[in-house]
Amino acid sequence: MAKWLLFLCLFMGLTQTHAKEAAPAADDPALEARMLQITAELRCLVCQNQTIADSHADLAVDLRRQVREMLAQGQTNQQVLDYMTARYGDFVLYRPPFKATTVLLWVGPGVMGLLGLLGLVWILRRRNRMPEDRFEPDEAEPEVTPQAAQPRP
Amino acid sequence: MIPEIGHFALWLALGVATVLGIVPMVGAGRGRDDWMVLARPCAYILAGLITLAFGCLMSSFINSDFSVLYVAENSNSALPIQYRIAGVWGGHEGSLLLWMEMLALWMVAVSLFSRHLPRPVLARILAVMGLVSVGFLLFMLLTSNPFDRLFPIPPDGNDLNPLLQDPGMVTHPPMLYMGYVGFSVAVAFANTTLIGGNLDATWARWTRPWTTVAWLFLTIGIALGSSWAYYELGWGGWWFWDPVENASLMPWLLGTALIHSLAVTEKRGSFKSWTVLLAILAFSFSLLGTFLVRSGVLSSVHAFATDPRRGLFILAFLTIVVGGSFALYAWRAPTVGLGARFALISKETALLANNVLFLVSAGAVLLGTLYPLLLDALGLGKISVGPPYFDSVFMPLMAPTIFLMGVGPLARWKEAQVPDLARRLRWAAGVTLVAAVTTGWMAGQIHLVATLGLIMAFWIFTSVATDLWERIRPQGGGLSEVRRQLGLLPRALVGMMVAHLGVGVFCLGVVMVKTYEVENDVKMNVGETTTVRGFTFKFNGIREYEGPNYTASQGEMEITRDGKPVTVLHPEKRIYRVQQNPMTEAAISPSLTGDLYVSMGEEVEGGAWIVRVYVKPFVDWIWGGCLLMAIGGALAVSDRRYRRKQGGAA
Amino acid sequence: MKHLRYLIPLAIFLGLVLFLAAGLKLDPHEVPSPLIGKPAPGFALTRLDDPGQTIRRDDMLGKVWMLNVWASWCVACREEHPLLVEFSRQKLLPIIGLNYKDERIAGMKWLSGFGNPYDASLFDHDGRVGIDFGVYGVPETFIIDRQGVIRYKQIGPVTPDVIRNKIEPLVRQLNG
Repeated sequence: MAKWLLFLCLFMGLTQTHAKEAAPAADDPALEARMLQITAELRCLVCQNQTIADSHADLAVDLRRQVREMLAQGQTNQQVLDYMTARYGDFVLYRPPFKATTVLLWVGPGVMGLLGLLGLVWILRRRNRMPEDRFEPDEAEPEVTPQAAQPRP
Repeated sequence: MIPEIGHFALWLALGVATVLGIVPMVGAGRGRDDWMVLARPCAYILAGLITLAFGCLMSSFINSDFSVLYVAENSNSALPIQYRIAGVWGGHEGSLLLWMEMLALWMVAVSLFSRHLPRPVLARILAVMGLVSVGFLLFMLLTSNPFDRLFPIPPDGNDLNPLLQDPGMVTHPPMLYMGYVGFSVAVAFANTTLIGGNLDATWARWTRPWTTVAWLFLTIGIALGSSWAYYELGWGGWWFWDPVENASLMPWLLGTALIHSLAVTEKRGSFKSWTVLLAILAFSFSLLGTFLVRSGVLSSVHAFATDPRRGLFILAFLTIVVGGSFALYAWRAPTVGLGARFALISKETALLANNVLFLVSAGAVLLGTLYPLLLDALGLGKISVGPPYFDSVFMPLMAPTIFLMGVGPLARWKEAQVPDLARRLRWAAGVTLVAAVTTGWMAGQIHLVATLGLIMAFWIFTSVATDLWERIRPQGGGLSEVRRQLGLLPRALVGMMVAHLGVGVFCLGVVMVKTYEVENDVKMNVGETTTVRGFTFKFNGIREYEGPNYTASQGEMEITRDGKPVTVLHPEKRIYRVQQNPMTEAAISPSLTGDLYVSMGEEVEGGAWIVRVYVKPFVDWIWGGCLLMAIGGALAVSDRRYRRKQGGAA
Repeated sequence: MKHLRYLIPLAIFLGLVLFLAAGLKLDPHEVPSPLIGKPAPGFALTRLDDPGQTIRRDDMLGKVWMLNVWASWCVACREEHPLLVEFSRQKLLPIIGLNYKDERIAGMKWLSGFGNPYDASLFDHDGRVGIDFGVYGVPETFIIDRQGVIRYKQIGPVTPDVIRNKIEPLVRQLNG
């Protein structure tokens, strides 16, 4: 029994040394993940169509390093964002801040959607109140028996 | 000599296009048959001349004629042949010629497949397309001539941007442009019917197949672009809400709205003027996209070499074509009749609500894309609007749209009952909830947002299944009855179901990959491994080799699962010799349930390499879904009613 | 009258065209500085030519001065450099260079080759001071007033036009 156990341990030890687990590229993966999450919402100033997380530009590399240090010092995400906007303005944020100048941007789609749907209902109601002679005669094919409700395409 | 022939062909084409734009149009207005019959031959000649010019440019590329400036800027003697061909549309001038070639092909198609159209209608349609050609030809000849010569002739060219040296470059732009340009057919039909003053259901029936084909090309084009970015850029992103991507999405959204709106108009004669407006909008956004990409007004990774002077020309062209169409609309639309009556709750309303939502979505994308420009123009500062904005705004708009996708097909024309619909859909709703939660649980974690997304996807699947079930088992017959009913289903209907399924498949892919994707960034020495989601990746080393126009360091990554071999991947880092830029070629192992994605970073001290390893669940469903949508469109267009000869009730 | 609503799409479109036309004159890549009107960030850097000597922001208080960001690897800097050298001869205001992400030897060699308009150059090896000033490209130039507040930022090389129409009038105004 003991011999068998010893053999098992040796065997496992051998297989472990074959497959050596690679070290994470970053020194602190959790911090790195947080840094990447923040910088993924920041615009690289140099190649302006990439995030700071993805860009290979020198400035992006420097800024990622800067963010890593700030996070290691215990700063919050908001403090990092404030640091960036203090130096580069709102341009650096891919998520536009909610301010007086961006109200239209953030509220626009929702308002348009609401107005659009309400407008549709209003127009349809009004349309249905029109006299019969305004409408064209019904060209639609007759409906099949409604038993299982089989609408035509 | 050949470039000069090409250049001359373009000038001749301009002449023919001008004739085409004017004579048949006036002829239709005056009832002059001898002028109207010119439309088809002019269209064929115009197409022939443009194709000749396109062929000349392609020949210059294939033969590496660097005395042509455009070839010198976009090609190189070491460039493999397929990229020399694709290089034709690798830059601004050539891509315009591609646009023109697509327009030529569409004009030929319209000329060929229009036996059933009355002569004045065909004359006007081709005339409108001729006028669009005039605009583009003028633009090319006056500001963007692809045949400009270069002297002294350089010994070799600048090479095509390595990012473009890829099969994606061969397929994505042509498909995309087929789509963009195809909407010009819809606008030609729209303008024709406004001018002719006979906007009715017949118009919708004629327009619908053309629009569907344009739409399906655009769907494929966008999907190709997205999948290309996915494997090319090295980190597996597939959509960035970049201005140029948005410029392709907006016509797609409007085109989708248009197809659905045409269904209402064709079937019930309702909302004709609204459908015409959508047709104009779809093409307008195609042209707007052309403007945005080439004018320098927006910053984009896809933007061509920008020049405000060209921008001004396109803007003027845009104003004439689109402004003219809107003016025509304002003049004629008020006279159009109301069509048939329908209740507030009905299939018509569902389709129209869907229209509104698609229009609002397109509007939201436009708002986000142009907002930085708006603030800058007003002197209110510079901001950026990126993925965080679009993601948070677009999804909530899509949710009700997708809900309607389930309800619409089941609703009856003219009048539907909510309790009836609810009853018929309760099974679908129940299964949806269960499936959504179960999938999340099986994937390892249930997230709220992911569950909402999964609900959307499963809602589509179950509602399509419900629709199908109802149609093939109307009286609850046996298997042979079911089979018979299946055979009886019109292709258009099957096309709709397949396309809708495609949307569901797409949603599923998006939700799964965004929520459950895992990434590992590791420093790998030879022989080391890393494990992600049960897959073990082992780095076996690097081999260097020389490609046709690049040098490569190719890594070998052996992947196993539970000790059993899965595959071997070969990610690369390349340096393209001419432009000396480094490129990452990711290695991907695709499967139905997800991709294994490996991308090499840099080499660090000690001979180790930084490697990024990803497991991306269901990511291929994103493009699989798009493919299904396109197949659905193709099925719908091949419906028997479009293949009937004229004379029969088509 | 109700027919007017059919003109709405045309009206919206024309509005869009107008503002797109306005957009043609703008540069979407230019990033204006949020630091204008704010105090210059604090710094303490060694001189490029003398690692033993440190210059701090507060050393410059009481003077109107120019900070010019440059580097030996910067191609566009060669374009503006002769202008700066000539401008420095006017002795209008102290010009301090910020040698950004460079090496001392390379930097000093570059100055000896192309001329040295600077009263002193600060050695910002890792670029942190540059980041604090919101530098995103080289060259960039700042004008800072007596109280240490940034009053102007030039993105890209200075041109004779900029010197004549922006910098000189501003400096005269700040000097009282």
